[in-house]
Amino acid sequence: MSLSTTATPTFPAVGQAAIEFNNVRLGFSEGEILRGVTFSAQERETLVLLGETGTGKTLLLKLASGLLRPDSGRVRVIGKDISGIPESELLGIRREIGFVFQEGALFDSLTVGENVAYRLHEDGVDPDEIEPRVSEVLRFVELAHTFDSLPSDLSGGMRRRVSIARALITRPPIVLYDSPTAGLDPITSQTIISLILRLRDVYGVTSLLATHRLQDGFALANFHFDPRSKKVRRDSSPESSRAAPTRFLVLRAGKIYFEGSPDDLMKSPDPYLQRFLI
Amino acid sequence: MEVLQDLAKTNILKIQNYSILSYHSLTNLARGPRYGQDTLDQMDIIGVGSLPIVLLSGFFIGAVMVLQTGAQFIRFGQASLTGDIVSLALVRELGPSITGLLVAGRCASGIASELGSMQVTEQVDAMRAMGTDPSRKLVTPRVLATLITLPLLTTISVFVGLLGGMVASVLSLRINATTFWERAIKILEFSDIMQGFMKTVVFAFIIATVGCYQGLNVRGGTQGVGRATTQAVVVASVLIIVSDTFLTKIALYLADKLF
Repeated sequence: MSLSTTATPTFPAVGQAAIEFNNVRLGFSEGEILRGVTFSAQERETLVLLGETGTGKTLLLKLASGLLRPDSGRVRVIGKDISGIPESELLGIRREIGFVFQEGALFDSLTVGENVAYRLHEDGVDPDEIEPRVSEVLRFVELAHTFDSLPSDLSGGMRRRVSIARALITRPPIVLYDSPTAGLDPITSQTIISLILRLRDVYGVTSLLATHRLQDGFALANFHFDPRSKKVRRDSSPESSRAAPTRFLVLRAGKIYFEGSPDDLMKSPDPYLQRFLI
Repeated sequence: MEVLQDLAKTNILKIQNYSILSYHSLTNLARGPRYGQDTLDQMDIIGVGSLPIVLLSGFFIGAVMVLQTGAQFIRFGQASLTGDIVSLALVRELGPSITGLLVAGRCASGIASELGSMQVTEQVDAMRAMGTDPSRKLVTPRVLATLITLPLLTTISVFVGLLGGMVASVLSLRINATTFWERAIKILEFSDIMQGFMKTVVFAFIIATVGCYQGLNVRGGTQGVGRATTQAVVVASVLIIVSDTFLTKIALYLADKLF
């Protein structure tokens, strides 16, 4: 299944990180949550953020999209430092980023079609162009039949898929996923992961995926979408890994505790990391 | 001491955030994007939606005013003055403040609960993540809609209040309807109408901005939405009553100097 839109992704220059965190700190009244986080995600790379509840995975995603500002340190997105720029400038940068919220965060008073079309309406896209684009994106997530439904009529998994459709309607070069499979049954989780795989392998988006499910990360590392057969298949060959690299970041006590490939994580003798593998 | 300092800081921060929200709600009008359809929708919800309670309460407030004041005027043989007093009270004071309080009860709570629900379900964050400024999309249409509809609602309330007063004076005080109506209209001066209008504009701004502020600053899930809704009504009502005193003083001073 293909998806063609007129929007062109704005990738950073070759060799430049799509997302870069440099010694980022963030705290609230209850204490400091992020204590000097440094990492970068290259173009087309998928970073899987692993960590226990409350370690700041969602905060990292919100910092990457400028929804939160760091207390100190720098966050660069597509080559721009977004740490201290005004909200009005951030609104423009956020249009380059798709954000899939944990519970979907769909506008409950709008239909599925209106939710997906929201960004296009905001951008003043010709109304005649909107419906075909929305239908196309909904077909991509296999929910074309829900066009006129309200979010309350959908299951949890369907809402996440609509949220993914909404995030990709403008073909952003970066997509952030906040625990997209949390609270879903294994089969629905697999559907969501397949969708993320297709998005990555067909459009080459850079992704940050926060999750506490290790199997989601391994699925992204070991499976790829084949556009010719239009099927997701197991492929952990070096060529595929180079084309769509996947790395793991493990957060612990407000810092990056581990950063490396799926193999590095599997082979690590660290007792804390071993707990994720059980 | 530290607790007091924290309390002071928290409250100053709240006032600062409320002021910024209020400031942006107005400055957004100068620059696009503008959300005309959202403003019309809100005018329907706030204005048309509040009409039944405003009509009903306005009518009976006018009637009860006549019953209360008429009884006193009859003692002095000046029953015909009832129309004058009821008219002045409704236009200057009771119309704006009662309508303001009714709309605060209905709409400040509605705005707070709607925006609060959006906040706790991350819909506001989703909006920001998609490049939309919630202040433009959510706050300004509600403020503008309230600023337009509350003066209209108050005008309707005053008119219906005078009708209620007229009915009560005819049935209870046996005053001629024409006499009541003529005196009620004749007593009014431009400054009286301006005083009432000035109050409705300020009250409308308070209702909308307090509702939006409470809604967008919800913390603590659905329980927080409930708290914000109650807070919105309480704060808006208290601010209306307190500001009414100062506005009355200002209006009387201006009327004295200008008219």
